[in-house]
Amino acid sequence: MDELNNLMHGFSVAMTLPNLGFMVLGVTLGILIGVLPGLGGANGIAILLPLTFSMDQTSAIIMLSCIYWGALFGGAITSILFNIPGEPWSVATTFDGYPMAQQGRAGAALTAAFTSSFVGAFFAVLLITFLAPLVARFALKFGAAEMFAVQMLTFCSFVGMSKEPPAKTLAVMALGFALAAVGMDTVTGTLRMTYGVTELLKGFDFLIAVIGLFGIGEILLTMEEGLAFKGKSAKIQLDVVLKTWAELLRYWKTSIRSVLVGCWMGVTPGGATPASFMAYGLARRGAKDKDSFGKGNIEGVVAPETAAHAAGTSALLPMLTLGIPGSPTAAVLLGGLLIWGLQPGPLLFTEKPDFVWGLIASMYLGNIVGLIIVLTTVPWWAAILRIPFSVIGPIIIVICAIGAYTVHSSIFDVVMMLVFGVFGYLFKKLRYPLAPLVLALVLGDMAESSFRQSMLLSQGSLDIFWANPLVGGLMTLSFVMLLWPIVPVLKHQLRRRT
Amino acid sequence: MERSEEAAEAGLSNRWPEILVALFLFAMGVVAVIDSIRVGIGWEEGEGPRAGYFPFYIGCILLASSGWILITALMKFKRAQPQFASWTELRLVMQMLVPLTIYVIAVVFLGIYLSSLVLIAFFMKVHGKFGWLVTAMTAIGVPLGAFLLFERWFLVPLPKGPIELMLGL
Repeated sequence: MDELNNLMHGFSVAMTLPNLGFMVLGVTLGILIGVLPGLGGANGIAILLPLTFSMDQTSAIIMLSCIYWGALFGGAITSILFNIPGEPWSVATTFDGYPMAQQGRAGAALTAAFTSSFVGAFFAVLLITFLAPLVARFALKFGAAEMFAVQMLTFCSFVGMSKEPPAKTLAVMALGFALAAVGMDTVTGTLRMTYGVTELLKGFDFLIAVIGLFGIGEILLTMEEGLAFKGKSAKIQLDVVLKTWAELLRYWKTSIRSVLVGCWMGVTPGGATPASFMAYGLARRGAKDKDSFGKGNIEGVVAPETAAHAAGTSALLPMLTLGIPGSPTAAVLLGGLLIWGLQPGPLLFTEKPDFVWGLIASMYLGNIVGLIIVLTTVPWWAAILRIPFSVIGPIIIVICAIGAYTVHSSIFDVVMMLVFGVFGYLFKKLRYPLAPLVLALVLGDMAESSFRQSMLLSQGSLDIFWANPLVGGLMTLSFVMLLWPIVPVLKHQLRRRT
Repeated sequence: MERSEEAAEAGLSNRWPEILVALFLFAMGVVAVIDSIRVGIGWEEGEGPRAGYFPFYIGCILLASSGWILITALMKFKRAQPQFASWTELRLVMQMLVPLTIYVIAVVFLGIYLSSLVLIAFFMKVHGKFGWLVTAMTAIGVPLGAFLLFERWFLVPLPKGPIELMLGL
């Protein structure tokens, strides 16, 4: 029952008036970010990060994580009312959400989406509350080799589980590691891959990469799709909310299934986007009237939203306990912790309990605050989307440029933002996944140092990665994940031969 | 020789973008490997692995995976390819990319305030066909808001150019 005591203490940290204020501010900013094209959870937080440097750490992380919840809620609004997914994980929500809006059931669709998001997040926070301390305690025993094995598993899972071609996943991941290695080597102080360019001495900051890849890249993609926003207007009446809630109770099976899918995909770095598609697919397969999916079935809104929020939230579990983020947004939050001098990982739970439990408590509160705000303010957000892109587009570019500059007060970073933006566009079009690139850029130094420490311990022998069942098991699992994409090919070959 | 085929598709096929991006990644792999060899990829007696130890293998993975992408792209070079984007779409993207590039260059020389003002005014006037008053209010309001928020309240300086110097800011 330690967890409950800690959690209660956390609530006392989070419940102060300024922190509640930051929660409301965070959620509101988050919804705005989620609604606007080109600004998303990851790069929105990246842009706002420099502004929080002067704030109290706990308040800052509460605000930033609330931006994250807000962005998750906001994505649903654009999908349902405008058939434009504001975030990649709300693509699956458009399948049934937009048809519902066309049939005049926008209020019901939005209520279902927000409520499901809330349910998904709530269960994921429960999971974090009770599982995170256990994982952290277990991870305290980890040595360098175990740490590297966990990181290895994270990256191999990307290859094994992503929808994108494995060679492309591997290539962007290696690119991320290579970019992370640019600049001064943290162990020996040697300069690497700078080729005499002074701007490269400090290396590539992943925040710049995130703002470019997700922000500018997304703007270019939005341009391509043409910019006729034709949305349904929406107001949510209280009786619609209550009626929808009563209806949602019938889909408890779908909800539970989606929560499980979401939590699993969030903890392993599958992420919210595949989780939402998977949950949608499962709901459809399990339904009696499969044909109604895609034509405005409310279950088709419940499943992806629950899973996306569960995944988005549970992605913070490995971030807090192991220092390994489960999603790009979690990676940006991790970057924030590092900048504040907090090393995420098992020690954080023993050294900074106020911070950790305040954050976890704020997840409960932030989601409740988010649900209330989003249910009451939908018409305003819909109105923002009617502002033409010729106004919103350049303003978002200005915001991205300011965000990129303020990270290090460096003009060179603004130029790099543009370069990353162009590659973000190219990569998206050619089906290179972006998440592994960002995660490799964030974790590059950590993975390298744990690998080198292991090598030092073993005097250069790779045997250390199979020295005990734990590390050996993790490594074996990594290789299974890495080679997973080959299985269908082999099957195909075997079948052809027989 | 491919003109006609692509004109019929009315767009750019995946063929060249795929090859060029793979070539770029391959080049990055070469850069990583060469520099890792320069700083040493071996074992330093008494110190452990040298600085190039880890990036060398990363470079190798990059070479192998981008090489694989390149080979598959070249193998289906002659086959019909999915469309990268239609010419109309590409023109739209350029309508954003060209002003964006000019904007970033302008930020380097003129600072962020004036450049942002011009960028917003340009889009609102040329693409949005807004009236002068609305355009001016937005184009001046956004940089002004950024100035107040960052320089006054959060004390984060933003890049300034000769105009701001003249105004004594």
